[in-house]
Amino acid sequence: MLIRIFSLIFLVLASAVPPLAQGTDPKPLIDALAKANFKQAEELIAEVAATGDPRVVAPLEAFAEGDLYARKADGVVFIGRSAGSQIALVDPLTGAEAGEVAKSAATKIKVNNNLRRAIRASLGGLTLMSPDRGARLQAATAILGAPSAENLQLLEAALAKETDAEVKTRMEEARAVSLLSSDRSLEEKRAAIETLAAKGGRKAISVLRSAQSSVDEGLKDDLDKAITAIEGELALWDMAQNVWYGLSLGSVLLLAAIGLAITFGVMGVINMAHGEMVMLGAYSTFVVQDVIRSSAPQLFDWSLAIALPVAFLVTAAVGLAIERGVIRFLYGRPLETLLATWGVSLILQQAIRSIFGPTNQEVGNPSWMSGSFPLGGMMVTWNRMWIILFSLSIFFALLVLMKKSFFGLQMRAVTQNRRMASSMGIRTPWVDAFTFALGSGIAGIAGVALSQIDNVSPNLGQGYIIDSFMVVVFGGVGNLWGTLVGALSLGVLNKFLEPWAGAVLGKIFVLVLIILFIQKRPRGLFALKGRAVEA
Amino acid sequence: MITRFVLRALDGKIVVAIGILLAIALLVPALNLLVPLESAFHVPTYAVSLLGKYLCYALLALALDLVWGYCGILSLGHGAFFALGGYAMGMYLMRQIGSRGVYGDPVLPDFMVFLNWRELPWFWYGFDMFPFAMLMVLVVPGLLAFLFGWFAFRSRVNGVYLSIITQAMTYALMLAFFRNDMGFGGNNGLTDYKEILGFPVQAAGTRNVLFAMSAMMLALCLLLASGIVRSKFGKVLVGVRDAESRVRFLGFRVENIKLFTFVVSAMMAGIAGALFVPQVGIINPGEFAPANSIEVVVWTAVGGRGTLIGPIIGAVLVNAGKSYFTGAFPEFWLYALGGLFIAVTLFLPKGIVGTIQQGWSGRKAMKAAEDAEKGRDADVLPQAAE
Repeated sequence: MLIRIFSLIFLVLASAVPPLAQGTDPKPLIDALAKANFKQAEELIAEVAATGDPRVVAPLEAFAEGDLYARKADGVVFIGRSAGSQIALVDPLTGAEAGEVAKSAATKIKVNNNLRRAIRASLGGLTLMSPDRGARLQAATAILGAPSAENLQLLEAALAKETDAEVKTRMEEARAVSLLSSDRSLEEKRAAIETLAAKGGRKAISVLRSAQSSVDEGLKDDLDKAITAIEGELALWDMAQNVWYGLSLGSVLLLAAIGLAITFGVMGVINMAHGEMVMLGAYSTFVVQDVIRSSAPQLFDWSLAIALPVAFLVTAAVGLAIERGVIRFLYGRPLETLLATWGVSLILQQAIRSIFGPTNQEVGNPSWMSGSFPLGGMMVTWNRMWIILFSLSIFFALLVLMKKSFFGLQMRAVTQNRRMASSMGIRTPWVDAFTFALGSGIAGIAGVALSQIDNVSPNLGQGYIIDSFMVVVFGGVGNLWGTLVGALSLGVLNKFLEPWAGAVLGKIFVLVLIILFIQKRPRGLFALKGRAVEA
Repeated sequence: MITRFVLRALDGKIVVAIGILLAIALLVPALNLLVPLESAFHVPTYAVSLLGKYLCYALLALALDLVWGYCGILSLGHGAFFALGGYAMGMYLMRQIGSRGVYGDPVLPDFMVFLNWRELPWFWYGFDMFPFAMLMVLVVPGLLAFLFGWFAFRSRVNGVYLSIITQAMTYALMLAFFRNDMGFGGNNGLTDYKEILGFPVQAAGTRNVLFAMSAMMLALCLLLASGIVRSKFGKVLVGVRDAESRVRFLGFRVENIKLFTFVVSAMMAGIAGALFVPQVGIINPGEFAPANSIEVVVWTAVGGRGTLIGPIIGAVLVNAGKSYFTGAFPEFWLYALGGLFIAVTLFLPKGIVGTIQQGWSGRKAMKAAEDAEKGRDADVLPQAAE
């Protein structure tokens, strides 16, 4: 009750005093604090704040902290910092040092919670007038977060002077929020509700909800309408965010699977070591960054661009070696290929573990990949954004390579009819070898991107191999478009299942769905038609 | 009819193998229990359990050989059937703990008390009865195999596609069993068993009995598998492996043949898992890991697929190697295993037993050819004399 009375007094004062007090010297008001009781102090705080003098922020803050002292000798008020048995006094307005006195020579000005609240409110109002744009924005945001009718006057005064568009909108929203709990007219409140509905967001909903109990009967409908409008919008944004997460996951799957789409899809080779190629790519990134850190730190932002060709070459070379050393003896025996490449994957994993150790390696994010930006009602992180763009560009580059280049032509010729291609003078063994190297190299590039969002450890590849196979099988073997559609739809499906099933169960559902899907369409979404099917 | 089935199953090598298995079933426990500790022939108890573990793996490899070696289905999910059988046994053993658990709850296993569960989930009912649990050891893997195979074989999913989706199956099961709210102990699995059928699990006597059971069960399953592959049905099975379309065109229902074999094999794997769990003392979701299932494939490949005896030898050899290497050179084991995968597929596609058999039959064929040559000469001469 007391608080109400005080705040009422404060309200009256705050509304009455500002035009009068503006421009007066705050110094005598602060000095008067020395002899004031709590009630008087509250009035004085309001008067001090009403001077609109930005210098009064320091003494008010000190007051709230209990650092305001009155010198016994003359009753002048200072900000004091205790220094041993002495107190170092500072002029409250100018900040000039005023010497040290013994603790007994100064009295602390007492403060209670009621006063602190008053100080905080006044400070909010004061910073609203601050010449610093950031401080004003912050003050308006603070009021938006904790609205009270007390700030209304100050807000309106500040609004009248405000020129910055962003700060002005924020202030208007804060004013609308504060208005709802004040005793203004219905029309004004209705306008305030509209302002809030236009702003949207979860905060607006909670403000409107809390207003629902106290607001006049006539406004209830407007409130309900505003809340449903905001909720509808929020649901839409949630959906958009989910789709975005799904696309992001899908692009990761696409990156991991696209190399596999070449080796498995085009060549029909089951490469269980594919995940390890991704892992090698990630480790190449680590090594490149390590070298850059130690020898040319200014290049760090370029490290990923440098790592891309390195990772491609390293993994393509390993892939070439695997094809020449193992796989070429096993063409036409897909199950044996599966086993042999699994063996290769074990060896590669253990080799990396022996060289770099079993722990996670730290791969840094370049500055242009960290952070995020808001897009409407959702947050978009830069690294996800880049990975989506990156995987799509890899996809289209590969598509062009397959459809437009001479090597792509040879590759397709060998896939469709090996003997005829051989008769036309194509060296089929070398086409096989380079196709496999290309698929592996792409996996390595994927590793560079995945090193940015996943732990770089010897087990990195294991996590992707089953998912990648699922993508390729789901999308349809031997069709790059199928891989794209498969990856993105599996990613989105996964993210939509997650909220109501949980991450793990969602993944299980997806696996079961794919297993069922394969029963229905054993050749995937985009099945090859014609003779190639039976080959 | 059954006699005929058994008699046909017993060709020379199988008789020898079953004989050796039965001899081991008697010999090892005897060496453990009767031979004094200081004797060179004494088998320590831990070794009995270790050997028992190998025999369970051998049974799993035998199960895989039945579908892979004779039916051409490369299942990369047999570890799932093994683990399911193991879980069925583990659930029985958990119920046997009774009120001796850490929390002393008479009905609920410790992990359920820990998770604040009030009552037993429905799928845990009945597992306090041994016969029911043993039935489940067969039924659960069999049912999963039936459902999976029903869908897969009907829509003619085969070759590597089938391999990949069996792998996805065991992967999905692994993820599921890792979840705490599935009611199977989550991450930690089921462990801390006290007794089986009233006998303490840790005691040397129980371990020897379990070992003997494993050896005998392996012998029995070997007999069964041998009976299957040497029956008329087995001939069709090999036909399915080598030329599926032709067998279908001849009027056989290929999907039913595959389904039957797959289910039988899954049940064998379940039995192997059930025998494995009390000897090892734990079952956890790690058994579902796709890597485990692939390892089973390499045991089978090393021993020789399509030979029935080969997988048993392969499983024991590879696992003995694993025990040795992981103890002596832990770094080296994955290289060795990886190298084994590559070497076997490249240089020993028929496996150890297959290669020996080939050499054997090659020599036999050569001898037969020589004989035939001599014979023909012998035949020709008299003819010429006439």
